[in-house]
Amino acid sequence: MLFSKPMNQLQRLLLSARRVSSSPITPPPSCLLHKRLFSTSDTDASAASLPSSHQTVQTLESKASNKSRNTSSTTSLNQDELAKFSAIADTWWHSEGPFKPLHLMNPTRLAFIRSTLCRHFSKDPSSARPFEGLRFIDVGCGGGLLSEPLARMGATVTGVDAVDKNVKIARLHADMDPVTSTIEYQCTTAEKLVDEGRTFDAVLALEVIEHVANPAEFCKSLSALTIPNGATLLSTINRSMRAYASAIVAAEYILRWLPKGTHQWSSFLTPEEVTMLLQRASIDVKEMAGFVFNPITGRWLLSDDISVNFIAYGTKRSDLGDI
Amino acid sequence: MNRVLVRKLSSNVCETKILRRTCSTDVTHKVSTSGSNESFAKKNSTDDGPQHDIAIVGGGMVGIALAASLASKPLTKHLNVAIIDNNPLLGRKNIIEKGNPPDPRVSTVTPATISFLKDTGAWKYIEEQRHAYFDKMQVWDYSGLGYTRYNANDVHQDVLGCVVENKVLQSSQLSCVQESDLQKTIYPARLNAMDMLPSSSLTGLGEVPSTTDLFMRGRLAKLELSDGNSVYAKLVVGADGSKSQVRELAGIKTTGWNYSQNAIICTVEHTVENYTAWQRFLPNGPIALLPIGDKFSNIVWTMDPKEASDRKSMNEADFIKAVNDALDSGYGPHPETTSSRDSLSWLTGNVTISTKERFKTPPKVVRLSSERMMFPLSLRHAKDYVSKRVALVGDSAHTVHPLAGQGVNLGFADACALSKAIAEGIALGTDIGEANLLKRYEAERKPANMAMMAVLDGIQKMYSVDFGPLNALRAAAFHGAHYISPLKKRIISYASGEQALPLFS
Repeated sequence: MLFSKPMNQLQRLLLSARRVSSSPITPPPSCLLHKRLFSTSDTDASAASLPSSHQTVQTLESKASNKSRNTSSTTSLNQDELAKFSAIADTWWHSEGPFKPLHLMNPTRLAFIRSTLCRHFSKDPSSARPFEGLRFIDVGCGGGLLSEPLARMGATVTGVDAVDKNVKIARLHADMDPVTSTIEYQCTTAEKLVDEGRTFDAVLALEVIEHVANPAEFCKSLSALTIPNGATLLSTINRSMRAYASAIVAAEYILRWLPKGTHQWSSFLTPEEVTMLLQRASIDVKEMAGFVFNPITGRWLLSDDISVNFIAYGTKRSDLGDI
Repeated sequence: MNRVLVRKLSSNVCETKILRRTCSTDVTHKVSTSGSNESFAKKNSTDDGPQHDIAIVGGGMVGIALAASLASKPLTKHLNVAIIDNNPLLGRKNIIEKGNPPDPRVSTVTPATISFLKDTGAWKYIEEQRHAYFDKMQVWDYSGLGYTRYNANDVHQDVLGCVVENKVLQSSQLSCVQESDLQKTIYPARLNAMDMLPSSSLTGLGEVPSTTDLFMRGRLAKLELSDGNSVYAKLVVGADGSKSQVRELAGIKTTGWNYSQNAIICTVEHTVENYTAWQRFLPNGPIALLPIGDKFSNIVWTMDPKEASDRKSMNEADFIKAVNDALDSGYGPHPETTSSRDSLSWLTGNVTISTKERFKTPPKVVRLSSERMMFPLSLRHAKDYVSKRVALVGDSAHTVHPLAGQGVNLGFADACALSKAIAEGIALGTDIGEANLLKRYEAERKPANMAMMAVLDGIQKMYSVDFGPLNALRAAAFHGAHYISPLKKRIISYASGEQALPLFS
């Protein structure tokens, strides 16, 4: 029923913006490419009654295979998923452990973040702590792989994650260095922070949106957390054939870098979709870059190739009209 | 090299300890410029030792070069650096009298090192002191079968290298450091012990944890000095030479062997100016004549230990005669200058200028201008360059044969690479003692250093045997290097430090 109406993408986008966004508990069938973008409440009448603030944003930074779910009604499936991630949560900071790909990618994405944010806030890039006095939030901080370097660069960092174990690990590790012990970690969701009225100079959500139930609402929350003219950084995996080959087949099945089922190809977003979602959330995407892995040197490189991993940098429109 | 790993060395005799203590109160000073706001109170704190970002153990050429390189980069010039070296001259204004003959301890700096020294700002100080550029080099051996001449114009450069006294290299870098904004403290003491604990959480320590707390939780390394002070640092750099204390205390093993050769170095004088570097391989080892400027040259003569002690103690006139003999027609005839074979010019490609140069004899030595110093030669390589919160640079990581003048140049390249790694780490928000950062430095320098060591060791072994067919092979090598221009250019470019690896770059 749901799929009988052939709508084009734009119409679906507009449609979803008006819908209550709660998500079915069971994972969407992977053949439905549009379903995730605009999860509707048509199929699930009971879910429609739930207010949008209860939408769970699975903000796991790991490539965890967590499908859209609802905090208010967890099933045994989700407990298993949680347990699975809690089990490997201890290995966040093991650079040779299950999170090795992220450790390898970290310096590369930090380089992009540093240069774009220095430009955005007009800070001197050759300063050791360019982000002094700026408030950043790392949504889906996981073990704090991103939060800690940002704190060392001078920023006042808040890290949030929906998995409590991650936040605990992040807290423990950050406390090992006086520079990073000032990071504020909370086990919460972006929506809850929006409800609390928190705002930040820069909002970062790296490798999160592919695990989120409703990307459109997620982007709206990110936007609400950003001050006008603030910066938003979002990174994810492209929904392309190359990404299927590398991020799923190669990474999960052949190289066994990630546990099988970490990612659902249907959950990936194309750069155009990301741009559109952010635009609807009053964020103008200014720059996009890709990360490419060189198997010979074992390093990730920044590149223009956005066909697999990519990161988008956007600025929030100020309230005073178009910028 | 049978040193047992000891955590604490036996302390010195009481008198010297007292002497050092008084020395330290007089000489230990915080050299700071208007930019920094260091206070002396921090240094004199009673229970906590002073805390630094980097502690450089060893204030020789390479250690100070690292400090100067950090001082010249905007990302690292805010760091707090400690230099630990018990040389009493370090830290005082070094006034090098220009009238004296040159010190026999000199180094040949390659063009790559010259550009590194220009980047740190030390080169302008070096140019004010005595220094000698040279643009030609001649290498031959005693068999008289072949020779090779190199010219800087072969690779379209002005110089092949520059010969500078070691103390000039050290003092000019130190001047750079002292004039910069880098917060530095010089500790005139030796390192006795070094300690590091595993990382653990700092919870419950309050807003600003004390230095001791940070050390107990594994964020800092603790260095105990011979004068009783303790210094804490996030990163310890071992720049303390081939018998490195830091390397011993960190438990880093080495491999290597002693060459059964000693080297004699001295300064000599000629009647004419010398602009060429000369090296002749003799049956027992090479003799090198390097220009230092003002008609002075430096001799580095490698030979077996018995001959070395004889030559060190023989009287001056005999020694000068022996030197002239070794450079000229002793041990064997001059190589013949063969006219360049025009028929093979299609093989040799663009013929370089030096191919047409005739064999020349080096200028005669007329006077010995310094004492003769002797030291043994060996090859040593550390198995790892880095360990937890420790990095090794310079001779502490690798010791090579002096036959190609590469030793300190490798050390300067290490200092350059380490400061680059530290700057990159700071740019990306890494803790400077972290393993990944240090491993990146190791991955850059270790292959290059090992390749150079292999090349030098190979050359040393090839020239230490007097055997007919091997002599002919060496002659062929001389001819090849002399006539085959692409090979010559590659050799010059590798020896100049432009290429890090001999084959693939």
